[in-house]
Amino acid sequence: MSNIKYILGSFGDPDEMMHGIDKLQENNIKIHDVYTPMPIHGIEAKLGVKRSRLDIAAFFFGITGTMTMLAGVYLAAAVDWPINIGGKTFFALPDFIPITFELTILFCAFGLVGSYYASTHLFPGRAPRVMDLRATNDRFIIAIDAKENTEHTKIDELLKGAGALEVKYNERKYVSYE
Amino acid sequence: MSGHNESILREPLITGKNITYAKITDDILRPVENKPNKAWWIGFIISLCGATLWVVSVSYTFWFGIGEWGLNKTVGWAWDITGFVWWVGIGHAGTLISAVLLLFRQNWRNSINRSAEAMTIFAVICAATYVVSHMGRPWLAYWVLPLPNQFGSLWVNFNSPLVWDMFAISTYFSVSLLFWYTGLLPDIATIRDRAKGMRKKVYTVLSFGWAGNVKTWQRFEAVSLILAGISTPLVLSVHTIVSMDFATSVIPGWHTTIFPPYFVAGAIFSGFAMVLTLLLVARKVLGLENYITMFHIESMNKIIILTGSIVGVAYLTEFFIAWYSGSEYEQYAFINRSTGPYWWAYWMMMTCNVISPQLLWFKKIRTSIAATWILSIVVNIGMWFERFVIIVTSLHRDYLPSSWAMFYPTWVDVSVFVGSIGVFFTLFLLFLRVLPSIAIAEVKLLLKSSSEQSKLELIKDGHLEKEHVTEYVESLEKFDSVKQEEYAEI
Repeated sequence: MSNIKYILGSFGDPDEMMHGIDKLQENNIKIHDVYTPMPIHGIEAKLGVKRSRLDIAAFFFGITGTMTMLAGVYLAAAVDWPINIGGKTFFALPDFIPITFELTILFCAFGLVGSYYASTHLFPGRAPRVMDLRATNDRFIIAIDAKENTEHTKIDELLKGAGALEVKYNERKYVSYE
Repeated sequence: MSGHNESILREPLITGKNITYAKITDDILRPVENKPNKAWWIGFIISLCGATLWVVSVSYTFWFGIGEWGLNKTVGWAWDITGFVWWVGIGHAGTLISAVLLLFRQNWRNSINRSAEAMTIFAVICAATYVVSHMGRPWLAYWVLPLPNQFGSLWVNFNSPLVWDMFAISTYFSVSLLFWYTGLLPDIATIRDRAKGMRKKVYTVLSFGWAGNVKTWQRFEAVSLILAGISTPLVLSVHTIVSMDFATSVIPGWHTTIFPPYFVAGAIFSGFAMVLTLLLVARKVLGLENYITMFHIESMNKIIILTGSIVGVAYLTEFFIAWYSGSEYEQYAFINRSTGPYWWAYWMMMTCNVISPQLLWFKKIRTSIAATWILSIVVNIGMWFERFVIIVTSLHRDYLPSSWAMFYPTWVDVSVFVGSIGVFFTLFLLFLRVLPSIAIAEVKLLLKSSSEQSKLELIKDGHLEKEHVTEYVESLEKFDSVKQEEYAEI
């Protein structure tokens, strides 16, 4: 055993990479993660990434916005300082629909994007956990934990057989970003 | 998935030979990673002069007050709100391209959405500057927020469309910014992973630590779709509320229920025109002809004909309803618009917005870059006049003939407007230098399915029907980035 921590299969084509994932999984080799320069449809099913619940979160953030505005306007216009305008109702709901709608969207968007950043650990200044610098450019990278999966020659063969242009043996998990 | 083959009948979205994923990155990042050329510097210096003019004229307004504008007691709203509505309208195309076309799965949006969204943000900034500068006491701008009594005497009037507008514009700006920046993260990461030294540090902070793993991408697409879903009604609501600033008043010429759809169509119309004005130049100067193709230009021109015709129908409907209403004040407002002292502005609007865009029905014109560019500027001039006509001609002759007046802009009015164009172009040119002007990751998605080279391979494979291939090759004739001779052999 060497100090190799991760084996990276670097593909030039997304379809070949998908083929590589199938090959590895047929041989019961666990994939750590896959890094790609663009979204690949259908990959999440293969790797067992669960369905996103961000839509549910977005709905509840939106409803919070709706309630906040309705409650706020009610307090301002009907409780705190009601103004009699020709005997019209203080809380004239149709008038408040536009702003209620706007606040719904505002809360929904900020809540949604905030949840997304939090759940995928994105925030300004975070050190990028990058395994291969070309994964944001033109390579599709399959990363395999070398300690858990010890049959390195077999992994190498499988990756190359699926069309990997290059197989890397990294002794560090991430490309240094100090 | 990228492996599926698109119908040969669809025109390619990426043209050119030997396009690889690496080449897409290189092509799009060329302006970001290299020193700017002369054309950029000339444009930037001119825009910066405009931006300086804006600073001078707005500071002058703040120092001496709104009295320096050409307003009088009859015409209390003129160039400021004209400029505001014009800029907000221009902003709408960006959201339409990024959100509505995403919901409709229009893949051609992928190469124009980034710069269109940037345009949205800069246009809304220009619009917001009008709101602040017309306040007279801009240091009290926070009074538009719903703050409790201690700050003023009362709460803001939640029944007022101006308050709704404050909510609409600020929501629109911040949601557009979120949408744009989240979409930028993967592309900023691309710049980061290619950069060195100080540049790398800056882009590392900006990239939020993007690594492009499966879960992040999968959630990214979910977020984009939901944001598109909520931005679509948002963009419609924003211009609807802008139109309510007028439509809820009882001024003849403003008090019409047609305003919301009419304003939204006009906004999309002017926004697409501005996208064309910017992108036709950018694609040439930045050498992006293979990504922003004639198909994109033609598609945008088709949207311009559609929305321009809707605007035309709205103009005629307004006239008809004024006559049909039997209200003589309403009728006078419209007769005065077309034949009164501002007849030239009215007919300028009619010519630029209704008549000249109809030229785009001719294929020769809508696939000609020079003609498209000129028409896009004509449309923007027309849309400025539309707002001017709606606002000034409805106000300048009110119920009392003794208070009838004309509006004459002062140098400050003109400078604030010209200056805001300078601010807009300064921001846009800076954007082209520091961020990718095309969504790199989204264009890469199209390479295997919708590019000219993948379709060429399909033709060479020879399993396609002859008529389909002939039709496809004929559709390529209009592309300025495709050489016909190469297809002659096949």
